[in-house]
Amino acid sequence: MGARRKLGLLTVAIALLAGDASAARIGELTETGVWDQMVRFFSLRDPALRAVLLGSGLLGISCGLLGSFIVVRKMSLMGDALSHAVLPGVALGFLWNLTKDPLAIFVGATLAGLLGTLTVHAITHTTRLKEDTALGLVLASFFAVGICLVKMIERLPTGAKSGIDKFLFGQAAALNSQDLQLMTVVTLLAVVLISVFYKELLVCSFDPGFARAAGLPTRMLHHGLMLLLAFAVVIALQAVGVVLVSAMLITPAAAAYLLTDRMHRMLFLAATFGVAAGILGAFMSFLGNNLPTGPFMVLAASMVFAGAFLFGPRHGTLARWWRQRSRSRRVERENTLKALFHVLEGRGFVGEGITLQELASRRHETLEESRERLHALCRNGLATFDEPGEAIYLTPEGWQRARAIVRNHRLWELYLTNQVNFAADHVHDEAEEIEHVLGEEVVRQLERGLDYATRDPHGKVIPSTADIMHDDGGGPRPPKDLVGYGKTT
Amino acid sequence: MNELIPAFSFRQVFIEPWSETGGDYLWVVLMGFFVTAACGMTGVYLILRRMALVGDAISHSVLPGLAVAFLAGSLIAGGDASTGHLAETGIAGGHYDFRNPTLMFIGALVAGVLTTLLIELIHKKSRVKQDAAIGITFSSLFAIGVILVSLFAGKVDLDADCVLYGEIGFVAFQPFATIAGHELTPWPVLRMGVVFLLTAGLIGVFYKELLVSSFDAGLASSLGINPTWVHYSLMCWLSVVVVSAFEAVGAILVIAMLILPGATAALLTHRLPVVFILVLIHSAISSLAGLHLALWLECPTAGAMVVVGAMQFCLAWMFSPEQGLLTRGRRSRVEGDLVDRHKAEAAAG
Repeated sequence: MGARRKLGLLTVAIALLAGDASAARIGELTETGVWDQMVRFFSLRDPALRAVLLGSGLLGISCGLLGSFIVVRKMSLMGDALSHAVLPGVALGFLWNLTKDPLAIFVGATLAGLLGTLTVHAITHTTRLKEDTALGLVLASFFAVGICLVKMIERLPTGAKSGIDKFLFGQAAALNSQDLQLMTVVTLLAVVLISVFYKELLVCSFDPGFARAAGLPTRMLHHGLMLLLAFAVVIALQAVGVVLVSAMLITPAAAAYLLTDRMHRMLFLAATFGVAAGILGAFMSFLGNNLPTGPFMVLAASMVFAGAFLFGPRHGTLARWWRQRSRSRRVERENTLKALFHVLEGRGFVGEGITLQELASRRHETLEESRERLHALCRNGLATFDEPGEAIYLTPEGWQRARAIVRNHRLWELYLTNQVNFAADHVHDEAEEIEHVLGEEVVRQLERGLDYATRDPHGKVIPSTADIMHDDGGGPRPPKDLVGYGKTT
Repeated sequence: MNELIPAFSFRQVFIEPWSETGGDYLWVVLMGFFVTAACGMTGVYLILRRMALVGDAISHSVLPGLAVAFLAGSLIAGGDASTGHLAETGIAGGHYDFRNPTLMFIGALVAGVLTTLLIELIHKKSRVKQDAAIGITFSSLFAIGVILVSLFAGKVDLDADCVLYGEIGFVAFQPFATIAGHELTPWPVLRMGVVFLLTAGLIGVFYKELLVSSFDAGLASSLGINPTWVHYSLMCWLSVVVVSAFEAVGAILVIAMLILPGATAALLTHRLPVVFILVLIHSAISSLAGLHLALWLECPTAGAMVVVGAMQFCLAWMFSPEQGLLTRGRRSRVEGDLVDRHKAEAAAG
């Protein structure tokens, strides 16, 4: 689905490219307000800006797609090594005819990037050095060679104004129509190849052993992916720069990884985030009067990641914190209910209200703490508090929950002593933990397994499930008309 | 091509730098040695602990710390660094007024520790794996650094070139430290020398702790060495080394200085003390040969030093007595011949 939508987007991109996207640099700023600049940037009236916008979008798509694969394959830093390793290739591409010929640079950079990944592979397989060392080594050594070459080229009479320095930190304004055509072709290639080989790539990435057993050419697929990765890095170079291009691979994909468990959705999200980061970065750099684009794109991508990290619905930190908090609150409420039950049980279920004092002494805490607990119960409709009478009354729901939790506790104690042969005085702490997580299904199994026993190891009555569910007044509970538990006051 | 690679003249490359410039190049070589040796010795432990890429991350993310420190320094000094540039010598950072060493080290330490913490936060609190966490953290911090440098170009005494490959070639033009009126060494060389000696000293003092915690964390904690403490101390020291090396070799080439010497030594020996000796030799060769390579090709000195270091690694990779690609190939051939002869003899006898 996602792939088809992206194809549609690309068609639009190509249609726009057919118009004249001139290689002019972004002119002087005539607009003063941010709003006017925004209109100018996004209205596609200015051909140079159109090129910037399209280029940023295209690189976002290809980097997001390929980045997703390296993130799930735990090869993120291979992307980093590869992106630094392309620099000597860029320089050699320049040397080909001493101008910024996109095709020569593309070929040179791709070859250098592949050579870098192969070197990493060779070092890890022929020496005792580990992969991280090999990656760092290749990254920095290739970069050093590249930086020497770049400076030597800049020394040449024609090299100084060739714009090679723009490849280090990126300048989207330097994109011309040739660059854009190349980017379109490469992005299209990536989209098509990934949609065609989607199933194979998926299997290969998540279960290489199975892929091999199924007879898939895993090595071929790996190298194919590396080639595509090199392509994605190389087309992004001009706008993002050698130094930071790896972030455009990793960050949008990692943000997408936090939001979904399905690969196809992750690909779609990563591409979307990539486009958003690219365009936002280009816009910020445009506002800043043509500052380098790369750092702004990376910063925009990092903000997207931070958003996913904090606010992601399932894996986000806030969502997790909220889940944890609500769980611990529930446990606390259930413990209070249990304490109230124990108070009632202690006096043989005689009398209706429970005083705050009784609850506090049962829980061994101060009156203020007990009052807090009670308020939590009242807020959740589990109990009511009769302020003048100083009496706590359980609501029907509260009464049911209290009995359920006591039942869970005592059943588990009985199970541990009878079936697992725990000593009767060692089972309480275990039961304190598990009583909050036992599901109805498990409880039924336990009851059946324990022959519907009515007494726990300490001789106390176990409230039965049937009693709790139907509330028919039978079982261990005294008749309803005798005491008023569960009445709404 | 002829324009690109200048004609090689032995006199120009090897004799004249030493005979005619009054020892300026001595400082460059010395600085190169100090940087490579201090980084290399620290890097040995990064390689052992499989943390080479954490070194990569810290070397990138020191940049925003430095940028903020310079910004604060220029605010304290109340001036504009752009007017203080030594335009005639082309030195990017000629003015030492704004380079407050204390602020620099504080900024770098904060940035270094922040990086380690952020990586752990992302890694532990979400399902993003450690490698991606490293990549995200350092690229974001580096991007912030670059933006700060370009936004406050006048106030931050750093430029893009310095970030990429440092300014080791200009080290002799920096102010000299003087004792009793005698010019001693340029300040950066003195500082780096102190860092080098401190690195060697710390490794000497904590040799056992580092060794045990790097090879066997379980044994270390049973001996009463806290691995977390060792980890964070190492990270802090790494930040100190990286920030001292920063103005000489920039953010990215530092990684090579950290990893190349140790990796080369690891190919040649299995014994840790020998590794350190080899690191020192590697550093000396890199800095001296790198300088001459840079003089010949007229390219950045730090880059050339790394290129020489990489060449040394390649040589060790090919010709290491025990693990070399070529030597190992020959040895297995010899062994194969021996086996064949034995078989032939057994068949005959």
